[in-house]
Amino acid sequence: MIPAVAAIGLRHPHLPGLAAEPAGAPLCAPWVEVHSENFLCAGGPRLAMLDAVAARYPLSCHGVGLSLGSAEGLSREHLARLKTLFSRVKPALISEHLSWSVTGGIYLNDLLPLPYTEETLGVVSRNVDAAQQAFGARILVENPSAYLNFPASTMSEVAFLRRLVKNTGCGLLLDVNNVYVSATNNAFAARAYLEDFPGEAVGEIHLAGHSVVPEDGGTVLVDTHSTHVCGEVWAHYESVIARVGPRPTLIEWDLEIPALEVLLAEAARAQAVMDARAAIRVA
Amino acid sequence: MSPETLPDLQQRFRATVLGNDDAPLSGLVQTSGGSLPARIDVYRNTVQSSLVDVLATAFPVVQRVVGEVYFAGLARRFIVGAPPRLPQLSTYGADFAAYIGAGDIHKQLPYLADVARLEWARGAAYFAADAPLLDPATLGLLAPEDMERKVFSLHPAARLIRSSFPIYRIWQVNQPDVTDVPAVDMSVGEDALISRPRYHVVTRAIARADAAFVAAIAAGGTLASAAAQALEIDETFDLQAALTQHFVNGTFAR
Repeated sequence: MIPAVAAIGLRHPHLPGLAAEPAGAPLCAPWVEVHSENFLCAGGPRLAMLDAVAARYPLSCHGVGLSLGSAEGLSREHLARLKTLFSRVKPALISEHLSWSVTGGIYLNDLLPLPYTEETLGVVSRNVDAAQQAFGARILVENPSAYLNFPASTMSEVAFLRRLVKNTGCGLLLDVNNVYVSATNNAFAARAYLEDFPGEAVGEIHLAGHSVVPEDGGTVLVDTHSTHVCGEVWAHYESVIARVGPRPTLIEWDLEIPALEVLLAEAARAQAVMDARAAIRVA
Repeated sequence: MSPETLPDLQQRFRATVLGNDDAPLSGLVQTSGGSLPARIDVYRNTVQSSLVDVLATAFPVVQRVVGEVYFAGLARRFIVGAPPRLPQLSTYGADFAAYIGAGDIHKQLPYLADVARLEWARGAAYFAADAPLLDPATLGLLAPEDMERKVFSLHPAARLIRSSFPIYRIWQVNQPDVTDVPAVDMSVGEDALISRPRYHVVTRAIARADAAFVAAIAAGGTLASAAAQALEIDETFDLQAALTQHFVNGTFAR
């Protein structure tokens, strides 16, 4: 079980350090999350380090390659590889994205957007069912960051996710930065989105930094995970915690990865938000 | 029941992000303010440049030899023609050496494909299956005639790269810490052996006779027959000395 406290995404630069911690040493974070696809290898040092970390830390496995939105369905081989990894490291949480990356058997290394239609809902529901059946576990599905949208969409992202939860029994991973990025890029209100989000289904929250990139006449926010969480996202996070209560919260930082202390300080800030909320409840 | 549109949309999206033309997505995507071509470019750029980064990480010496700009172009052409089929990107790039060998760059830098083969072997060694190393102490218990008939198996991480270029030397002088690259005598061929004793990937040049020995072992030959092949190439081949190095470097599995 992943506790409702703040933690960090564990990336390659910090893996050796955590893996080498002595057995009795205090944990540097209450739990950690890794990208599942980085550990789908036959053996070697990386997998051995994950074994060492998983032996001490509650682990969340966050997938980036299952492609829950693929019209052609999920790769059975990929499901089997993931299941082998999960049997080995026994994650307390498994999550993936409301996006797609595979078509015609080709893997496009990105979390690509989906039109929110009845047809897509059917596809994603079938795929989430297949994943949950293969893993023998409930998964969390994360809202994506988007740079464009589809005229064919017939429902909002939140309405889509709510129905997905109803169809499959999956949980949701609320990425507050993704909401902010998508809202800014696609001109909708992040606050209204977050107030409408089904709080009871949220099993985890992600926080990350984005880049502000100029485009002709304006800017686009790109979900780079390359910097600190911005002030607006912290403010939205506070509102979410105030509404839904504490949730396992993760700091993601994937490019220009800083020292472990910087990541831990960012997690401590998220923890302070949850602690302040708890203090208000007690008072 | 309305007809399925998602498979077609996803094929069009794929054509768009792997190509340079936004036309396949025309009318299917929109922005609410902002430039649509710029937004499509965010996806195109993420897909292509993230895969260029994957190849640059797997082939740092190839990148250093041809330079960052040329490498990015070379990698992009490879990616567009042969995008990944598996989401675990540690497996992406297995065909990059063959692509280099078949391309224009091969005429100018005929050793580059072998450099890529060497670098791919190093990556493959890093991710290869675990297996206990052959313990030389167990061999001391064998009678001499059994020893001759002994068949060793290569460790799953072990890879032999044979080249008509000084492939180890080229790789070695293009490591990040080498700033003053010396002249390399390109007339001498070299064989490199990659292995992973414990959890550290080792790359070393081995003698031609030793390479013939390892190749014979890899092909399932007995110790005696492999040694005979090595001696054919070099009558001074020292089996004991070679075996000692192979045991230290984890060439063989138990």
